[in-house]
Amino acid sequence: MKGAGVRAEQSVDLVVLGAGPAGVGAATAASSAGARVVVVDENAQAGGQVYRAPPGTYGIDAPDTPEAREGARQRAALGESGVTHAAGHRAWSISRDLAVDAIGPHGLVRWTPRTLIVAAGTTERVIPFPGWTLPGVIGLAAATVLLKSQGVLPGRSTVVAGCGPLLAAVAVGILKAGGRVEAVVDLAGARDWLAGVPDMLSRPDLLRQGAGWLAALAKARVPLYRRHAVVAARSHGEGLAIAIRPVDAAGAPLPSGAERIVSADCLAIGHGLVPSTEVTRLLGARHGYLPERGGWIAETDGDFRTSVPGLFVAGDAAGISGAVPALHKGRIAGFAAAHDLGLIDGARFDALAAADRRALARAERFGRAAARLMSPRPALAATMTPDTVVCRCEDVTRAEIDAAMADGADSLNQLKAWTRCGMGPCQGRTCGEAAAMLLAAHVGGRDRARFWTGRAPLRPVPLADIVGDFDYDDIPIPKAAPL
Amino acid sequence: MGSTAALFLARGGMSTALIDRGPLCREASGVNAGTLTLHMTRAALIPYAIRGWEMWQAAEDWLGRGVAARAVEGLSLAFTEAEEDLLVQRARVRQAEGAPIELVDPVRAREIEPGLNPAVRRAAWCRIDGFASAYLTGRAYRHALVDAGADVREGATVKGIDRTGRGFTVRMEGGETLAARRVVLAGGVWLERMLGWLGVHIPVKCLVNQLVVTERIEPVMRTVLSIANGLLSLKQFDNGTVLIGGGWQGIGDPDMGGREAIPENLVGNIRLACHVIPALRATRMARVWLGLEAETADALPLLGDVPGVPGAYVIGSVHSGYTSGPWMGRLLAQHILGAAPEMGLFDPARLLDQTPAGQETGEAIPL
Repeated sequence: MKGAGVRAEQSVDLVVLGAGPAGVGAATAASSAGARVVVVDENAQAGGQVYRAPPGTYGIDAPDTPEAREGARQRAALGESGVTHAAGHRAWSISRDLAVDAIGPHGLVRWTPRTLIVAAGTTERVIPFPGWTLPGVIGLAAATVLLKSQGVLPGRSTVVAGCGPLLAAVAVGILKAGGRVEAVVDLAGARDWLAGVPDMLSRPDLLRQGAGWLAALAKARVPLYRRHAVVAARSHGEGLAIAIRPVDAAGAPLPSGAERIVSADCLAIGHGLVPSTEVTRLLGARHGYLPERGGWIAETDGDFRTSVPGLFVAGDAAGISGAVPALHKGRIAGFAAAHDLGLIDGARFDALAAADRRALARAERFGRAAARLMSPRPALAATMTPDTVVCRCEDVTRAEIDAAMADGADSLNQLKAWTRCGMGPCQGRTCGEAAAMLLAAHVGGRDRARFWTGRAPLRPVPLADIVGDFDYDDIPIPKAAPL
Repeated sequence: MGSTAALFLARGGMSTALIDRGPLCREASGVNAGTLTLHMTRAALIPYAIRGWEMWQAAEDWLGRGVAARAVEGLSLAFTEAEEDLLVQRARVRQAEGAPIELVDPVRAREIEPGLNPAVRRAAWCRIDGFASAYLTGRAYRHALVDAGADVREGATVKGIDRTGRGFTVRMEGGETLAARRVVLAGGVWLERMLGWLGVHIPVKCLVNQLVVTERIEPVMRTVLSIANGLLSLKQFDNGTVLIGGGWQGIGDPDMGGREAIPENLVGNIRLACHVIPALRATRMARVWLGLEAETADALPLLGDVPGVPGAYVIGSVHSGYTSGPWMGRLLAQHILGAAPEMGLFDPARLLDQTPAGQETGEAIPL
């Protein structure tokens, strides 16, 4: 392809970003109501994180679990719908007129939809501690991907640490796959879990699944350290020596608590999930800080419209509550988009969305109780010692962040400029929560610390893909600057 | 420029408050490409830019801490016959103003910058060039201003300025007022409306410049590169990131700020960069942002007295303002403190709405 018009520009009614449960729900619902829909996703197959399909090249079958069956069902539903599934496409720019620029296997593509639904899911929160950048330390979400889609153990022996339902899921997944779990280190105490039980009773099947996980861990005699945090990891022979300490409910280490060392060759750790807000921040939607739902999220009405006309956000990106609610949120948003596009009237919308609204109300009780276990714990910042690298792309330590705050940096954007924290290729997805936690303590809350301005590209993009094959004459060079 | 003027005024013994509606130096001065170049500076401003360049290189001495300024050579490149003509013309007028620029052939150009595309036809080589990390600007100035005893007010929005018998009343959001004998307006693309507070109308255009930075890569270039018509600035920082700029336009205005990049213009700008240094194709674009730049009708600075308002001064719209900014701020401070400025100012009266654009009056030096 040569010349300025490298893009195949396609006009559609709706673009859905993300092919997890929310995206598949939104796309198929809007399509069934008559909309021309494209769903854009980086992965080769739909499913998102929870319903991730094994890559075809691995030649392994998904284990026969309820999750695997639901994933297959969603992929089949998407395949049978009239939705165009742009798999293997990375959206890198979204304009205020909602035009989506993406890079796919055949170069640059642009869609110009009238509505856009963001179903981008979540990013894992990892609050740094000395040693968190060592080989062998991975996120709980990464461990899930290894186990679920690739059939690979994260290590011969693993310590599973952090908070939330992923802890038990990863630990049991390792046991089932034949691995060893040296310990489960949970920030929450038994009381925190019990507080969620009344809401979790709304899904007795999932509660039973959770109880089954605990039983499996007990049967394998996996030590379970409740109200404990990992405070450091060190290289030890070929593996890791992992220091854990008892903490209070806010995550602060107890002064009286003794440190304990556990050895393993992998530490899988995660401190909860954070809604992905890159697109809604980029487009300037209004956001609110709701820690019990994951942090900053775009404000929406009951049908998931944001403050930006034509822009919806659905699934966990609209507030953490899990994969089952995400499907229903997506379907409601999809029908609402079809309504706003003028394809169905208000009565028809209400009729179509009714079943999903009921199902969502049920499923959200469980999901939100689980999400509360993953709320940010501000006192966990204590694990970041002065030497701890907070931004691993740019090697920015906590001491450097503290120094910038002492110099007068009182917003996340100024902190970024003065330290380079968040300027690397992860674009702040890894260090953002930690930096915000430190600044919030300094300026009096996450509300005041605000958030990093959304910037293109949404993901780093190879320049070779952007420029394509071109001649110098193809470059539309603007007129000369004044002499 | 506001910060430099405030700094030298405070050091000159004047009781000085610096008011910014956001954090210090977070608009143009904190987000520009950090190029310290003569190739892209208007010919008439070359002597100013050379002094500004010197101030940045010695920032530790007068500012206390620096902005990671580097002195390297700069090359402006021609890839077509038309660009060669332009290159020669632009080099000549800059040489005449004192820029140490020399025209070189492709072989010499590639000795100076081995990563260069061999398709280059001719280059203008300037020994005074370089770059800084503009995002460090506010941090450096904040220290110096506080040390100098200036009253630094960040996140403070000015709603208007009223003239009083003895000077001015600055009205702040929230009701607070500040009395001052003198005011300096240093609001970049917002200068037109700030001058309006004093009943003066001077049109100020708003350019919305797109900037692109890559992830860190191994060294692929050592100089600052531009093309003949000025629409590229390219340099690799010590940390390995490469910054691609040059004034390709995005969407924005003084009301909404820099709103969004135009993907076609990103593609064009990046193609130009990859044409100049082919090795750049192997890296990834990490971040895109926008910087607003002010431009007057004659593309020369506002620097001097606000016409008809004794005690009010204006500084801005300096075209390559980051390079020259410290020097311009220092000149204005000299003027306000009653000394003869070391170089001529640019009388804003020439730009008053009723005077024809481009007509220069007062102390402005000719092109």
